[in-house]
Amino acid sequence: MTNETLAQYANLALYSAMAVLTVAMLGYALYLAALVPHRDRKAALAAEATRSRDEELVGAGTGAGMPGGPVAGPGSPSAASPAASAAADGEADDVPLRARKAAGIAGTMTWLTGFLLVASIALRGASVHRWPLGNMFEFAVFGSMFTVLAFSIWSTKRDLRWLGLLVTGPVLLTLGLAITVWYTEAAELLPSLKSYWLVIHVTVATLSVGIFAIGASAALIYLLKDSFERSGRASVLDRFPPARSIERLSYGLHVVAFPLWTFTVIAGAIWARQAWGSYWNWDPKEVWTFVIWVVYAAYLHARATSGWSRQGANYIALAGWACIIINYTVVNVFFVSQHSYSGL
Amino acid sequence: MATQTPLSTQPAPPDEPVNQPQLGLVGWLRFAWRQLTSMRTALFLLLLLAVGAVPGSIWPQRSIDSARTADYIAQHQTLGPVLDRLGFFEVYASPWFAAIYLLLFISLVGCVLPRTRLHWRAMRSTPPRTPARLERLSAHATAEVEATPEEALAAAEAVLRKRRFRLHRHDQTSVSSERGYLKETGNLVFHLALILVIVGVAIGHLLGWKGDVIVPVGQGFANTLSRYDTFSPGPWVKPENLSPFSLKLDRLDAKFEENVTGRGQFGQPRDFTAHVSVADQPGAKPHEETVKVNHPLEMKGASVFLLGNGYAPVITVRDKEGNVVYRDATPFLAQDNNYKSVGAVKVTGATPKQLGFFGLFLPTAVITKDQGPTSIFPDAKKPALALGLYEGNLFPDGRPQSVYTLDTKELTQIKNAKGTEPLRIWLEPGQTFELPGGRGSITFDGVERFAGLSIRSDPGKGLTLVAALLALAGLISSLVVRRRRVFVRVSPAAEAGRTVVSVGGMAKDDDDTLTEAVEDILAAVQRRTGTSR
Ligand code: HEM
Repeated sequence: MTNETLAQYANLALYSAMAVLTVAMLGYALYLAALVPHRDRKAALAAEATRSRDEELVGAGTGAGMPGGPVAGPGSPSAASPAASAAADGEADDVPLRARKAAGIAGTMTWLTGFLLVASIALRGASVHRWPLGNMFEFAVFGSMFTVLAFSIWSTKRDLRWLGLLVTGPVLLTLGLAITVWYTEAAELLPSLKSYWLVIHVTVATLSVGIFAIGASAALIYLLKDSFERSGRASVLDRFPPARSIERLSYGLHVVAFPLWTFTVIAGAIWARQAWGSYWNWDPKEVWTFVIWVVYAAYLHARATSGWSRQGANYIALAGWACIIINYTVVNVFFVSQHSYSGL
Repeated sequence: MATQTPLSTQPAPPDEPVNQPQLGLVGWLRFAWRQLTSMRTALFLLLLLAVGAVPGSIWPQRSIDSARTADYIAQHQTLGPVLDRLGFFEVYASPWFAAIYLLLFISLVGCVLPRTRLHWRAMRSTPPRTPARLERLSAHATAEVEATPEEALAAAEAVLRKRRFRLHRHDQTSVSSERGYLKETGNLVFHLALILVIVGVAIGHLLGWKGDVIVPVGQGFANTLSRYDTFSPGPWVKPENLSPFSLKLDRLDAKFEENVTGRGQFGQPRDFTAHVSVADQPGAKPHEETVKVNHPLEMKGASVFLLGNGYAPVITVRDKEGNVVYRDATPFLAQDNNYKSVGAVKVTGATPKQLGFFGLFLPTAVITKDQGPTSIFPDAKKPALALGLYEGNLFPDGRPQSVYTLDTKELTQIKNAKGTEPLRIWLEPGQTFELPGGRGSITFDGVERFAGLSIRSDPGKGLTLVAALLALAGLISSLVVRRRRVFVRVSPAAEAGRTVVSVGGMAKDDDDTLTEAVEDILAAVQRRTGTSR
């Protein structure tokens, strides 16, 4: 038995989350718009950009200040600690007040989105009397919740306002797809999904994907910024942290997500044995889970291989992300698989 | 090259010009080995492995679904056989896929073993000498403390020891330290454990087996080769040594969604439970167990999984005198989610000719205009049998055949009384149908369910699991632990009784908290020597 009223409240919370997230996205967009260099200052900024690139090459800018990236000199010790980034905030006067306000509102709204998504998931779980991770709609909402919360929590440690648009935007798109295309009525599960391994395996998988998502956004921004800097064109990316520290940030995220994905594979294998009698069947979903794991392992390798550029490694990371997208869309919907749980 | 190589291992004649370096066989081997075990090759092979795995998700795989594979090949007359030749329907058993992962693992061994030796040595050696100029290191901090140089150095040692650095004093005015050996240990454990995973998988392939059997309610099953419908042993399995348990299916509960009518939900399966009595060996007292999806029954030497279920209508066939020539719960195989099932009743004892019934079992039967007889719900709400009849020789050439179909090569179909159309038999439970031409009658007595059991043994799975968890642990420690060297040098300050403490740190790869760590160490030394910052 499912409780229709609770399911409706769950959807209400989801719609609210999407509304709030739209505000957050607009806030981050305004923030970036306000950072776009004014025409008369472009030249000065370009000069700054080259300077910061030189610092990078010297390698002196170990964790140079985040928000006003190019402004913080090599002397600023470490922006990793909250105190340091707070100090850096002070010197980032050239971030217009309007932009800072917009980003502040966006940050709050992102938190609120996270809480609303938690509420939506809890209500959905209550309405179906089970862990609400049984079909594509529910994966998408859960994953969005993890992405939004991971981003918000991490934002308390570092200034990530520059990344906000590329987190809130994709999450909003995902939620939009979830509620329109992938929506599935609240219902019980197929017998093969009734297992505590569902809770363990799928939750960790979704958490891992949520973190890979932010990692992919950071990798993308790194590659964009890097190519803009090479071409010498001025852009809003000049106001982002130095390419090197964005890249390191992206690596940090992948390093968290990869062991989680490894665990996902192991837990999935244990569950597969219980449900289907054999821990590995090369079912399409398993194939892609394995492919994703191998591609991200290649990313970590590439990053550690001397003679491979950081750019190359980050392209591999984006390839890994593409595989995740394929796994959650094409494989779920089109491939003949034992994992036919999309609910579509 | 190959023709020359045997010669080139011999010492070169002295009068030959020596300025052309010759790669002998050994040289070539060494070159190839170095290439194979380089990180670049490993990276390339990893990417290749990812790409190579993909076709198996696109094309049907024979080991998973041989019927679908055969269908595909039949439908793609030109492409099918080519893909088949290339192994695209058995990707994970194909030589090229094996080549990729075997090369990868050879590369891995060649890479990891030397590294293990180096690491073993590094772990027992002392940290290196303090560099002359600490301010050149990537992180550096200096301060004065109120202590003698010797006291300051002792304080620094205490601080470092507390942070689990390994220490060594190469000279009187400085201490060298290093920590984070666990990073490399974790990395090595991770890679070596991957090899163990493969070993576990290989053991499962060689010594494991699986068999499938269909057991209607009320019937039993003994774990011997002859009882299996299909049995696939690994190459090293001795089928006569199967553990001698037996079981009887007492009841099978099936529940389907009846309340929710949303898209794709109505009629979805909700629960299957098989209640069985199990005897560990012949003559032992049976005990009751349940097998469910997600809850296999673990027996000694094998596990029993409930992987399928369906209906076995109980059918009785009598001859014209009324003698029973056939009575059995006959499994019909489900074709769709509503358990529209196909099956056959083979009455070998019928006279004068053998009889073969063939057709559908429908748990909730309706007759629709466009589909004819079909089922609209998976539970047995309104069961019916829709059968046709053949007579003749059921087993031409005595070849083995599927129990769900008739081989009609030497059979002729029976027509209805008027002789215009094939005979159609429609039966609901309790009903009997008189066959034309004095062939007797058929009765549909009732419906039982059957359980599709899969019984499997994989002696390698424990090793695989342990190795996988070991790999995970190694991975985490290799990614989390930071390997650092920290050097502390003391020198007397201008003011008597005070000392300049200089701390420098270096990391193996980029390490964004190194500066923080160095400053933290300096602050701790100041605190210990009673110097306020
Ligand atoms: C089965 C295939 C392999 C997989 C899945 C794999 C995976 C990984 C992963 C995830 C890491 C990251 C851990 C870290 O950064 O410490 C790593 C690091 C490493 N791998 Fe592999 N690897 C494989 C094969 C190999 C091979 C064949 C070699 C040698 C040629 C190799 C050499 C290394 C080395 C040296 C590192 C450490 C890099 C560093 O110092 O940071 N791996 N590997």
